[in-house]
Amino acid sequence: MASDRIFGLVMLFLALAYMASATQIQTSFLADPVGPRAFPLLVGGVAALSSLVIMLRPDPDPDWPVARTFLSLGLAVVVLVAYAYALKPLGFVIPTSIAAGILSYQISPRPVAASLAGIGLSLGLFVLFKFALGLSLIGLPKGWF
Amino acid sequence: MDILSNLAMGFGIALSPFTLMLAVAGCFLGTIIGALPGLGPSNGVAILIPLTFTMGLDATSALVLMTAVYYGAMYGGRISSILLNIPGDEPALMTTLDGYPMAKQGRAGDALVLSGVASFVGAFLATIGLMLLAPMLARVAFYFGPAEYFALYLLAFCTLGGMASNNQAKAALASCIGLAIAMIGVDNNSGMPRLTYGNMHLMDGVDFLVAIVGLFAIAEVFFFIESHGKGSSIGVKLDKVGIPWKDIMATKWTMLRASGVGFVAGILPGAGASLGSFLAYMSEKSLAGDKGGFGTGVPKGVAAPEAGNNAAAGGALVPMLTLGVPGSGTTAVLLALLMTLNITPGPTLFTDRPEVVWGLIASLLIANIVLLLMNVPMVKIFVKILMVPAWVLLPGVTMISFVGIYSLSGSYFDLLLMVGFGVLGYVLRKLDVPTVPVILGILLGGNMENALRRAMVLSDGDALFLWSSPIAIGLWIFAIAGFVAPMFMRGLLKKPQRITD
Repeated sequence: MASDRIFGLVMLFLALAYMASATQIQTSFLADPVGPRAFPLLVGGVAALSSLVIMLRPDPDPDWPVARTFLSLGLAVVVLVAYAYALKPLGFVIPTSIAAGILSYQISPRPVAASLAGIGLSLGLFVLFKFALGLSLIGLPKGWF
Repeated sequence: MDILSNLAMGFGIALSPFTLMLAVAGCFLGTIIGALPGLGPSNGVAILIPLTFTMGLDATSALVLMTAVYYGAMYGGRISSILLNIPGDEPALMTTLDGYPMAKQGRAGDALVLSGVASFVGAFLATIGLMLLAPMLARVAFYFGPAEYFALYLLAFCTLGGMASNNQAKAALASCIGLAIAMIGVDNNSGMPRLTYGNMHLMDGVDFLVAIVGLFAIAEVFFFIESHGKGSSIGVKLDKVGIPWKDIMATKWTMLRASGVGFVAGILPGAGASLGSFLAYMSEKSLAGDKGGFGTGVPKGVAAPEAGNNAAAGGALVPMLTLGVPGSGTTAVLLALLMTLNITPGPTLFTDRPEVVWGLIASLLIANIVLLLMNVPMVKIFVKILMVPAWVLLPGVTMISFVGIYSLSGSYFDLLLMVGFGVLGYVLRKLDVPTVPVILGILLGGNMENALRRAMVLSDGDALFLWSSPIAIGLWIFAIAGFVAPMFMRGLLKKPQRITD
């Protein structure tokens, strides 16, 4: 109940914000009868209406995980974001082994197995992508060797 | 015979040694992808699209490879359904109902081979149906103007929302999220940036591959972290595998009927394979009556949903190829593939690029036969692959997704977006909001808006033009009915619960 009401409220605000920004879209002098604003406004309107219905007629709550699990989910997101930033400057092998290792540890908390999985995946995938599929990946940062 | 000569041309394209090798590799890979719990056909195909793209294959080869993966994943889904009681994807859910009990009776091998044969029958008949029906529908589709196309897109969203979800408002909201995201970027008509909030990266819009991989693959990782990879261990031992001729002969009519039901369900835009396997199973169950023993592990209960599921997968290609409107999540991903390869599905595809259509159909037939031959003797190998633990599999999938998306544009921004979509996918799925309409919205949003705007240009702003032809009015009626009717049929369409040990 509560989850759906909160979700509906958030989506309602997002839909209204979306419609507000849609009214700011610049039109050019070559406009067609509909223009670039109408469809986003229409979509935002339907979204706002659906959000209202979700708020007024909520479904039963899902089984939310406990706070600890949320923490590890948050950590997973942080790891993935950091990985996204690290991939270019640090090359493929090092960030991948760390990120894959942490994710593996989060699914099954055994440090040795997880770090082995991380290193193995990193090296295995690098060989697969670089030599079998011929992608141009940078293994290690330039100038290290 | 027009069809035969076209088919001969298709085989001429698809039967070169190289493409044949691609088909075999794709089938093998696809079966693995389908069999691994947590990696369904949509997931697998989505991750592989950017990789195929960077491998520099030409359009036909890429298409052959990916359709082989697609059909392979459809085949593979049943392995985890039968052995682990874990459906690899939504349509495979019905296979668990009788497949898992049958495996527990010590007939796992029989169930696997029987479902493989049923998959073959369903997919084979559906491909023939596709050959017969698609060119006819393509001719009708020539009468479609922008008003009709707008109504058709609406129909797809409405039926998808109506039939495939439990809450209409949530499905509608999901479609709107997708459509809203599709609007981001440079406006096609005026050339002005829209809703980019001054972000240079958003000028190009949001790539649907980023959204698909995020919503399907990355979200799955979060679910595995939440459950700590439970439920991925091997459930039932597989002893020896033989060919159960008796069961195959006993279920031949079931397979044929289920294929017919599944094919029709697949053609409906937005309904797709889940509805196909569901209707096939339910109709066979009511035909057999109480004495049929459905739900206790009878061969018919394994054959019906598998034939229905695979027939629907073929049927879903009919609206996808002729109208450019996918029938299910997986066909949406295939549509994404075609768009990536710069092939625009629609009625003109059949006349302008017949080599693509008939090459695709021929490769479907080839993939199907390869899969049947591969699945019976090699089923033990695939079962071994199921033993890959989640703590190796899921990080691997994540890293492959990252590399795939990174290779699209080489920018960290797409990766961040993908993670964002992963979080969105997790939240949406937790709240029982379907994610397939989001994908469909991103894929079709631009076309839908263009259809509306073109219609208004033609009519000089007269909104009544949208309802000016019988085809358009019919589509609108179907759209509204498809959205509203399931509300009253909830009780009737109630899905059987999964068996728990």
